[in-house]
Amino acid sequence: MSELETIDNMISITIDGTEFKAKEGEYILNAARANNVFIPAICYLTRCSPTLACRICLVEADGKQVYACNAKVKDGMNITVDTPNILEERRAIMEVYDVNHPLQCGVCDKSGECELQNYTLHLGVDSQSYMIPDTKRETANWSSVLHYDAGLCIVCERCTTVCKDMIGDAAIKTVKRGGEALDKGFKDSMPKDAYSMWNKLQKSIIAPSNGTGETNCSDCGECAAVCPVGALVSRDFVYSSNAWDLKRVPAVSAHSSDGFQIYYEVKPTSIEDRTEKIYRVTNEWNYVSLDGSARFAYDFQNTTATKDEKAFNSAIEAFKKADTIRFNSMITNEEALMLQTLKEKMGVKLYNPEVKAFQTFLNYYEASSGNSLWTTDTDSIMKKSDFVISIGSALRNDSPGMKYAFNNVQKLNKGAGLYFHPVGDTLIPTFGKNIESFNHKVGLEELALYLVLDLFADKDKLPEDVKSYIDSFKKSEKQTIQEKLVKTVKEMVLNEESGEEEEVSKKVTEMVEKEVTVTVNTLVDILGGDSSKFDATFEKMMKKKESFVMMLGEDLYYHNKAENIAKLVALVEATCNIDIVMTPPKSNALGVALICELDDEQSGYTIGYNENGDFRLSALGNGDIDMPAMNQQEGTLTSMNKRVLPTNAAVDYNGYELNDLMKELIDAPELTIDWTQKLPTDRGFKSVAFDDLPNSFENDGTDNRGYILETSNVDTELPKVEKCDESSVLDGEIAYRCNPARQFNDFTDKSHEIFEPFALYASKDKAESLGEKVEVIFDNGTITLDVIADEKMTGDIVKVADFKALEGVYDLFGGSRYKTVTLRKV
Amino acid sequence: MSLEQFKNRNVGVQSYKTLDVGTPPKTGMEKFTQVVKRSVKGELFVGLGVVMKRMLEALFKNDMHTVKYPFEKMPISPRYRAIHEMLRLLESGNYRCIGCGLCEKICISNCISMETRYDENQRKEVSEYTINFGRCIFCGYCAEVCPELAIVHGQRYETASEQRAGFSLFEDMLTPIDQLNLQQEFDGFGAVSPNADDNIKQTPLAY
Ligand code: SF4
Ligand code: SF4
Ligand code: SF4
Ligand code: SF4
Ligand code: FES
Repeated sequence: MSELETIDNMISITIDGTEFKAKEGEYILNAARANNVFIPAICYLTRCSPTLACRICLVEADGKQVYACNAKVKDGMNITVDTPNILEERRAIMEVYDVNHPLQCGVCDKSGECELQNYTLHLGVDSQSYMIPDTKRETANWSSVLHYDAGLCIVCERCTTVCKDMIGDAAIKTVKRGGEALDKGFKDSMPKDAYSMWNKLQKSIIAPSNGTGETNCSDCGECAAVCPVGALVSRDFVYSSNAWDLKRVPAVSAHSSDGFQIYYEVKPTSIEDRTEKIYRVTNEWNYVSLDGSARFAYDFQNTTATKDEKAFNSAIEAFKKADTIRFNSMITNEEALMLQTLKEKMGVKLYNPEVKAFQTFLNYYEASSGNSLWTTDTDSIMKKSDFVISIGSALRNDSPGMKYAFNNVQKLNKGAGLYFHPVGDTLIPTFGKNIESFNHKVGLEELALYLVLDLFADKDKLPEDVKSYIDSFKKSEKQTIQEKLVKTVKEMVLNEESGEEEEVSKKVTEMVEKEVTVTVNTLVDILGGDSSKFDATFEKMMKKKESFVMMLGEDLYYHNKAENIAKLVALVEATCNIDIVMTPPKSNALGVALICELDDEQSGYTIGYNENGDFRLSALGNGDIDMPAMNQQEGTLTSMNKRVLPTNAAVDYNGYELNDLMKELIDAPELTIDWTQKLPTDRGFKSVAFDDLPNSFENDGTDNRGYILETSNVDTELPKVEKCDESSVLDGEIAYRCNPARQFNDFTDKSHEIFEPFALYASKDKAESLGEKVEVIFDNGTITLDVIADEKMTGDIVKVADFKALEGVYDLFGGSRYKTVTLRKV
Repeated sequence: MSLEQFKNRNVGVQSYKTLDVGTPPKTGMEKFTQVVKRSVKGELFVGLGVVMKRMLEALFKNDMHTVKYPFEKMPISPRYRAIHEMLRLLESGNYRCIGCGLCEKICISNCISMETRYDENQRKEVSEYTINFGRCIFCGYCAEVCPELAIVHGQRYETASEQRAGFSLFEDMLTPIDQLNLQQEFDGFGAVSPNADDNIKQTPLAY
């Protein structure tokens, strides 16, 4: 959006006599927040829909009382935050919230950062005027990470809202709690809004939406993060520390490529052991939502490390004779630059199977589209997109940030979505009413892109051959359709009174078969859809849609036709009004892809950095020399939103760092973060010192963390694309390299709050047929795995986890994410 | 910040009452007369006489005017701030501390440290608690802030020790369960004020 446009959309409003600028169509509350004006509000979450549960955000706008979280600003609007009547309402609301609220602040986990405490004090509630008998409200554990204390819950519905509007699982909802009915006398004696809020509050409580006691969700913990009181807390954290004792260390989530903002919250381990320990991870939940790995995989630090000189010397020896360094994406930009410098100076090969395919794909994409990187990011998707297409990514597992964006668009932007993936997922279609999922065969990803071209491209811009290829899928067909026909039939009926038969005429609808000629888009059928219904559905989906976006995932990078796919993507960009965003596979894959020149093969003496090798550097503490884990080092990570983000060390590290080795081997600066400034500017990095990188959000949600990579685009000709080779479709028993949600690497696995095992995941039916344990036989090896049923999966494809580097799953799959395998019960 | 308040050094003068101590001698002659008067009066012997009287009382009337420290100790004011005690609930015998951590937070010399956990009865349990008496300045904040009247100052004022750091654990300070009947309610810092009842409004309850 250009500067001018932004200004054009700004209107002026007056709050308490001061004039402010606001974006048109924005809620009053958001406009006030963006201008640093405080309006009390409990239930509203910035990126979710208003629920009107608390009603405390009452303000007067142009003489009328409205809810600030739900009323939009108008040009020239005059807003008063406090009027005597509103103050009375607010105070009554807070008094009601305090009715029967356990006097438990002394032990409550939220004490000190509790919004109920804060607003009770803010509104000066020093006495209580209301009462009602209490109902017993039980505490419960909803999952392996969630602890719910119903007694403390103020039913603000923030948890249910974030789970539905942001996370997409909609795993919790408000249910009846059987509370006592309100005394009718209150209706007349107390402020109106306070009464209706109380009426609702008294009736409801939160519970898992599936009716069981378990949420069975993706365990992201976001509901607990947004809870304003101590009702929802992580099971591990309950009663373990007061909020005010914890020191916040700003950092970046280390595992997925989302680059979520997080704080590691640390304090001494115990009275005897004063080394700092991470007690929990929190986030700025109004601006960022975490997944389970970001929130719960935090204690993966290398605790045993010491400065072992012998190991150091053998590491130097190993580096001197090394032919290859094998590493993955769990590495900072600075370290990646060190390895690249090492390659330049000492000629070692850099081998990184996790990133290589992605890097190659990016190069193809750049060559054919002229864009150095994709054109949008998850933040702008959530802000404006209303049609999302996802291809080649197991959204629920690969990329939490994309999943949230996909879902958020459906919920907040009245969006629609197309989801193409070989593995069926029952969750995605529940995100919204306008979602079509295509479970196509493995290898038909190109056709999915052709379908996108067919549906969205400006046909005049498409090259002839592409047009005719697409048209070749359109078949005119004679179809027999059932048609309703209303007929009048005459019938003889016995008239009971007279006992005589009479003729009566009756209207009957009859289904008749009729032959018609229709154009069938067989592309839809080939991709697993139903062409007879699709046209109508698609027409409905397209209503009032303006901003389109396509999410691309890891399957495409590992595709044997990756180059053609990249060209097709470029063609989509050139001919359709669609923005592109890609998911870098895991952690800092984008940083590595931009900084390192990766080699195709490993050979000779190999140093493994958190990977297999002849000499192993390991932040897991199981290698030949210790390295700091991501929560023990400073540095920057590059996220899928094309941001270079600073992360900080949360816990102590006592061993050597990669930079210490570099100092011995090549001409390296004193500190790791001295490399930050040297990141390659020709790849979009900026020459900014680590300590100068900002790390904050603004009140209106603007992300100010780090900086955005400079991207370039040059005009290119339309790429020459090939047809899809349908013969390369995989059939038979297929394994898909894919981790369970919350698991990304050895570090998530090491964390004590991550429970998803290294296993084979299959749909319920498939898992039943496979039994408890199987041997998965690839052409170049086998692996034996436990079978776990994933209730949200459908179809026969099985997922093989890859998060344990030493199990060599990447090697088994080779350059592909799907393989035909033999599954043998053991 | 203005320095006005620091420049006014007549702090509290307004409410002082001056005792009538007569006028001190001014001239040399006056001073000389005062010395002579006092010497002739024999004030020294008045003092000696008092001592003799008390000694005789102690020896023959068993009326002692000193205590045999350390075997005996004088009672001290409830407001004296000595080594801490941890009190128990009189009815159940449970310790009163709820693990709120306010004492740890308020402690001005940062000498309280505690650990808590979620126990089997779904309650917050204090699993470890220490005070480092080498650092404690006996300010009384902890006792004052404690919402449960759990941590209080006791009567043990001998704090000399061989080491700078001297840690007391929860058990050391806790009223022994067999002496629960001897536990004294605390009147000092942090205790409920005598007119507390007048100062609070009751919360209405519907049962
Ligand atoms: S939720 Fe807030 S008000 Fe309620 S007990 Fe906890 S800290 Fe106190
Ligand atoms: S659990 Fe927390 S977030 Fe959810 S409704 Fe209750 S108070 Fe609100
Ligand atoms: S008396 Fe003062 S210094 Fe000593 S423990 Fe209590 S708060 Fe800390
Ligand atoms: S203030 Fe009192 S109740 Fe709170 S932790 Fe300290 S001793 Fe325990
Ligand atoms: S914030 Fe507007 S109703 Fe709760």
